[in-house]
Amino acid sequence: MGGEDALKVLKERKKEWERKTLKDSLQSLPERKKVFATTSFIPIDRVYTPLDLPAFDPARDLGMPGEFPFTRGIHPTMYRGRPWTMRMFAGYGSAEDTNKRFKYLIAHGETGLSVAFDMPTLYGYDTDDPEAEGEFGTCGVAVSSVRDMDILFGGIDIGSISTSMTINSPAAVVWGKYLIMTERRGVPWTKLRGTIQNDILKEYQAQKEWIFPPEPSMRLVVDTFEFGAKRVPQWNTISISGYHIREAGATAVQELAFTLANGFEYVRWGLERGLPIDEFAPRLSFFFNSHNDLFEEVAKYRAARRVWAREMRERFGAKNPRSWWLRFHTQTAGVSLTKQQPLNNIVRTTVQALAAVLGGTQSLHTNAYDEAYQVPNEEAARIALRTQQILAHESGVANTIDPLGGSYFVEWLTDYMEDGAYKYFDRIEQLGGVIPAIRKGFFQQEIANSAYRYQKEVEDGERTIVGVNEYAEDEETPVERLHVTKASFRRQLARLRSIRRGRDAKRWATSLDALRKAAEGHENLMPFILDAIRAEATLGEICGALREVFGTWEEPLLY
Amino acid sequence: MAKKIRVLIAKPGLDGHDRGAKVIARALRDAGMEVIYTGLRQSPEDIAAAAIEEDVDAIGLSCLSGAHMTLFPRVVQLLKKKGASDIPVAGGGIIPPEDVPKLKRAGLKGVFGPGTSLQDIVAFFETAASGRAK
Repeated sequence: MGGEDALKVLKERKKEWERKTLKDSLQSLPERKKVFATTSFIPIDRVYTPLDLPAFDPARDLGMPGEFPFTRGIHPTMYRGRPWTMRMFAGYGSAEDTNKRFKYLIAHGETGLSVAFDMPTLYGYDTDDPEAEGEFGTCGVAVSSVRDMDILFGGIDIGSISTSMTINSPAAVVWGKYLIMTERRGVPWTKLRGTIQNDILKEYQAQKEWIFPPEPSMRLVVDTFEFGAKRVPQWNTISISGYHIREAGATAVQELAFTLANGFEYVRWGLERGLPIDEFAPRLSFFFNSHNDLFEEVAKYRAARRVWAREMRERFGAKNPRSWWLRFHTQTAGVSLTKQQPLNNIVRTTVQALAAVLGGTQSLHTNAYDEAYQVPNEEAARIALRTQQILAHESGVANTIDPLGGSYFVEWLTDYMEDGAYKYFDRIEQLGGVIPAIRKGFFQQEIANSAYRYQKEVEDGERTIVGVNEYAEDEETPVERLHVTKASFRRQLARLRSIRRGRDAKRWATSLDALRKAAEGHENLMPFILDAIRAEATLGEICGALREVFGTWEEPLLY
Repeated sequence: MAKKIRVLIAKPGLDGHDRGAKVIARALRDAGMEVIYTGLRQSPEDIAAAAIEEDVDAIGLSCLSGAHMTLFPRVVQLLKKKGASDIPVAGGGIIPPEDVPKLKRAGLKGVFGPGTSLQDIVAFFETAASGRAK
């Protein structure tokens, strides 16, 4: 940074500035508040200089794009080669309803698919299960059978578009349904590209859509790693997710730390199974949130790439550079959207999407402005997609790689994020690792504490939310409702009935028995799940069989 | 000294979004109330039974999955059936404006959407529970 002499000169200059220029200015116009802080409570200085980066070594800490430690990005050309994948999370009602929305989004230029499942599907229940009452299709699409899956992707070329599925506890089963659907269409598994979220650890910590206890759940996850590496080599068998951790109230540092700690835990489980690291690590992918504070988010993504690369190479001994890559999807922060003056959410989402792009995301979902009301209507979803297209094609931010690299502030904040993550790694280690820390409620309490602190700041007016605690208006903006129809529900029930009636009952029962027996042992369960699906066993039936063997999880109660 | 207001905060149905419920539970506790948090995945039956068992003065329900129109009124009906219709019930979450009057007609005493201040919610429970807590 210009050598020691230059730093000395700068140090003197800064002192002088504080004594004179700054002091005079503060006297005539005091600053608005004593402490300026990020969305995640990190105190921020007035200005940053090279003096804040005493040990900064651009070759070591940043490297070049596409090279270790990948701080600047995982690809040498980033968006100059290809823009990020515009992947809109969508799903409501029946498979027919959501198929229509997929086609609408593709027609408007989205470049990847992303499925939102409804609550019963997320918990491994069929639509006609008593537990599912009232929940059909409200916050995602119901997929109980292969036939639902086939309708969901009807008329879509699944051999060429990549598909992401937000499914966790029953991920092996839902992925199985996708695989059997493609098998029946004659699309080879080696051609398939996509992602299953399959990140059970953050479910216990934050999103809370769990079925089984941690150990059998982790076994299922590793089963998919093993199966995927051999049979579906282009599929990302996990998307290690900070998104939900952040939505539940975590700070950016907590999101970063807990996500990476979970990532290392999956690596350990894979290694314990005896999988060679460079066989499964290249298929591990990530998913982060993008909240309101632009620089904080950018710093978080940069730190994430650097820490992951270093730990994978140095701690876990991965040799394949692809094992060092932290590839990630980003979703703008749903929790930041307001019900008040909903059109303002378009602006919030734009800033958040910008942060994700400046941070080098591989794919992006932008939230729709009506999401504090409902699952998005068509118009709101289209504007959200257009926001990405405007960023990609009009703003100029995709022209150069890591444009904020070298900013004294952003580099300082990137280091801060990294230090914060390592401090949490130590605490988690002291608690005995990720799963013992989940049992103790450690993550859950940390997240709840941050959520409460944030809300108190909004309440006390320390934190301004436009349209909520300042600039409020009485008038409500009408939002066009999206309704899940009773006809969709009835059609789904009828379809399930006809599947149950039409299948070979003996083959169905035998396949589920075989699955139960395998679950009691140690074999990879994927082939058994696939056989049950070929015998037309539904999601609820397969998850039910596994529940019988594995039991269910009860979380520690705290707030 | 007046008896502390006892509030049950509950998550009906399958929805796992517990940020709001936990923040509310804590705010009510900080305001001097006794809070019983049920945890996730409670059926309306579980919630009504817990409310009676714990002799609470009010119930707060939280649901962000869109199943509120099925689940919230059910809790009110079950309380009525069990002779506990004097326990006021409020609900919050992702609730579209057009559902608010419907929920009120179904017997909910308060319906709170995103952005409601904690102060308003604390005030609601203080007033709603005052009829029972003696």
